[in-house]
Amino acid sequence: MSATSAAAAAPQPIRAPLWRRLLGFNLLTAVILGVAGYYLGWWIGHLINGPSFEYETATDENDVALLLGYTFGVIGFLIGLGFANYPISRLLGRPASLREKESDGIGRYFGLCTDHKVVGIQYLVGIGVFIFVGGVNAMLIRAELLHPVPTLIGPNQYLSLVGMHGTMMMGMMTSGILGPFANYLVPLMIGARRMAFPRIEALTFWLLMAAGFILVSTIFFGGFPTGWTGYAPLNEEAVMGMDSYIVFFALVGISMALLGLNMMATIITMRAPGLTWSRLPIFVWSVFATAVLMVLAAPMLIATLLMAALDRTIDTTFFVTGGGGSSYLFENLFWFFGHPEVYILALPGFGIVLEILPVFTRKPLWGYRLAISGMLGVSLMSFFVWQHHLFVSGINADLRPFYMLSTEIISVPTGFIFLCFIGTLWRGRMSFTVPMLFCLAWAFNFLIGGLSGVVLSDVPTDTGLHGSFFVMAHFHYTIVGGLIFSFFAGIYYWVPKMTGLRFNEMLAKWHFWLMFISFNSTFMPLFALGLEGMPRRVSTYEPSLQGLNVWVSISAFVLGFSLLIFVFNAVYSLIFVREPAEANPWRSKSMEWQVPTPVPVNNFEQIPVFDSDPYDYGTPVPAVGGGQPAAAGA
Amino acid sequence: MSSSSAAPPPGETAGAEPNHTVRFAVVWLIGTLIALPLVIWVIGPLLGPGNGSEQASGQGTDYTVLATLATPVLTLVVLYLAYAIIFFRQPKGGMLEGPAVRGHARVQATWIIVTSLMVLSVAVFGTVRLEADNGAGSGSGPNPLTVPKGPKLPVQVIAQQWLFTYRYPTYGGVETTELYLPDNQMVEFHVTSLDVVHSFWAYKLGVKADANPGVDNIAFVKPTKLESFTVRCAELCGVWHGYMSNAGKVVTPAAFETWIHEQQRRLAPATKVLPKYSTTYLPEPTKRAEPE
Repeated sequence: MSATSAAAAAPQPIRAPLWRRLLGFNLLTAVILGVAGYYLGWWIGHLINGPSFEYETATDENDVALLLGYTFGVIGFLIGLGFANYPISRLLGRPASLREKESDGIGRYFGLCTDHKVVGIQYLVGIGVFIFVGGVNAMLIRAELLHPVPTLIGPNQYLSLVGMHGTMMMGMMTSGILGPFANYLVPLMIGARRMAFPRIEALTFWLLMAAGFILVSTIFFGGFPTGWTGYAPLNEEAVMGMDSYIVFFALVGISMALLGLNMMATIITMRAPGLTWSRLPIFVWSVFATAVLMVLAAPMLIATLLMAALDRTIDTTFFVTGGGGSSYLFENLFWFFGHPEVYILALPGFGIVLEILPVFTRKPLWGYRLAISGMLGVSLMSFFVWQHHLFVSGINADLRPFYMLSTEIISVPTGFIFLCFIGTLWRGRMSFTVPMLFCLAWAFNFLIGGLSGVVLSDVPTDTGLHGSFFVMAHFHYTIVGGLIFSFFAGIYYWVPKMTGLRFNEMLAKWHFWLMFISFNSTFMPLFALGLEGMPRRVSTYEPSLQGLNVWVSISAFVLGFSLLIFVFNAVYSLIFVREPAEANPWRSKSMEWQVPTPVPVNNFEQIPVFDSDPYDYGTPVPAVGGGQPAAAGA
Repeated sequence: MSSSSAAPPPGETAGAEPNHTVRFAVVWLIGTLIALPLVIWVIGPLLGPGNGSEQASGQGTDYTVLATLATPVLTLVVLYLAYAIIFFRQPKGGMLEGPAVRGHARVQATWIIVTSLMVLSVAVFGTVRLEADNGAGSGSGPNPLTVPKGPKLPVQVIAQQWLFTYRYPTYGGVETTELYLPDNQMVEFHVTSLDVVHSFWAYKLGVKADANPGVDNIAFVKPTKLESFTVRCAELCGVWHGYMSNAGKVVTPAAFETWIHEQQRRLAPATKVLPKYSTTYLPEPTKRAEPE
């Protein structure tokens, strides 16, 4: 065990020789133990499920071995990082090691670190890498769709690409904002020195990284043909690559549930004195609403995937018709997770946008309570709409009017967010900084996404659109147009705080404009393709649709290029030029900008006392005419 | 929103703030009045799957109605964004603050009521259209809530990896690989699968119904146009999902009778060895595909 002496570290720590530092609990050990664990599991799997089994001799497939290999690999990886040290030393009655108090330069970003600021940056970079992988998949998909018949890749590989793109994006972006931004900012915004469960915080990140590698490893096991939805019984006849999907999503689910619990616990218990619920920054509220969703939805996913794994390995029949199971069960369970999941993606974006708007309009957030009720309303309602994904499936057909109603009702709380957006802009003093541009684009994109959603929520029109490119365009408008745009708003807004460095503004503006235009030019025509009857997830289509498809593909390549501009800007500005940012470049009144940069390890020398919400902008106006201003937060 | 008669914020140089409420209302009204006819008469008719069946035409109407309802919302937000970008900006190099308005009870209440009413009316409209049209071409499960009156031609759609076949139980259970339908006759599709989940989608007929193993999923369609159409699978079902399509044809009732009797005669030996017609067939246990 390491580091009982860390608490007593001198200001100038003596660095051990390199070979000594490579021994011990770090990323290298983790990788070695991970690989060793994988082979151990693989070996045990072959002992359990030896070659006597008929299907294995026929197909050289052993799901038990692969699932055990992944499980043991992940456990080895986590032990190697040092996650077992704390529980073991506590069990043995030894004092806890205090890893979170360590701070030794760049190295802490590559191992178990319980400083929430380090974890935030780990998340930002780690998720970014896997999103890049997912983005490359998207580029390959669009390259294939340049032609109405397969030219570049075979149908098997095409489906694997589609599945990997969807699964990777859905899995990684669940934590896309809560991982980097909420971990970094929530303690700062609520005046806390750390998260409630710092080790769990680090665990969520490393679980997600392990999951990402497992999903990528599916290419060594034949990929998986089901797309991100993983429907049974297709998932039961799929080759071993399917197990990568199952383990990936289960690990994402565990990571998500723990992340949500940690956020809830932190926000409920660790707010500084004076920070009442009605003074909480709106971003923290959105994190809270999302965390509730995560905690309630993710266990359903984990359970579903466990059933799928059991069906695949020991021939249970949860989803097997004729064995007492049903393919409907999978669809129900999956979407009971899957629909809250899409709001897990969307809600933190609402929070970022509404958090940033007041700063750049120099006005208080308009309709603070309305925004909160909108977020909580979306969060609650999202558990009552899942069967709108199954309108033509024949399941509970008599209940369709209810799901139609509940789905359409969810647009009311979403509308609150738009009203708050509109109200905050009203007579504001907008400055068009890059984060603000992304927020304005968010409003346009999410509007299109929302309105197209109304067409999909109506059963008669959904009959034509279900499973078509229209659906694909709709959810890319909400997830890319909503989430990714607000994600970039967050990056341009907060990374100067996180790093103390500024982005090159010209490149950032190029990134924005190119991304906004090419995004719309990519996904707007997909609505038309869907209306023309082009199904999702196929690499063959009517030759008459080639023109639009080529247009979309070229736009998608431009979209990919615009993201490369961002990557270039990040590397160029943050690694090479390193121009220091001002302490508070946006003149924000929020707490995270009041602490020094770089943020000290313990955030606050003295825990701050709050006496208002962070939206104290603008010049007071006497209440006149048609109504009085709604009660202020304070 | 905040009344325009509020005093201009300090630092404002030129004149009083114009009455933005009225100005924007006029902009919105004009924009909506221009957009609405375009949506109703130009874009709306392009949206549906055409008039291949009563259900397809009905869906076309629904698209137009929903697009019409969405238009004022679209123009409101888009024009407002444009208006705000033009008028609510910080002057160059300025450090002005906006008015510290934190909400407006009447605007908020109005917004909540109006959006709720819109949403409710959309839901009621959708429900009426769905049930009045007996599922509007969608797969409505084994016991549809409403069933069209009059004679119906039952046709079973059997999906399997990766093809569709069709059984006509009223014609001796003959099973064909092409889908022929008589014009102007209510058809009752019974969609089922032998292996994984598929979806039977005849775009021009406006019908889509998932094919689930062990489930009889019923959809009603009344073709109204003599034409050929394509049947596609709309639910990811494995490697050759993209190729799972075949041809169908709507013909006159007389031509249909001729065709089906020809099929009965030609396929008689095959029909004899087929399992007895049933709404579902117990699927075979799933088997692994050979890895490539």
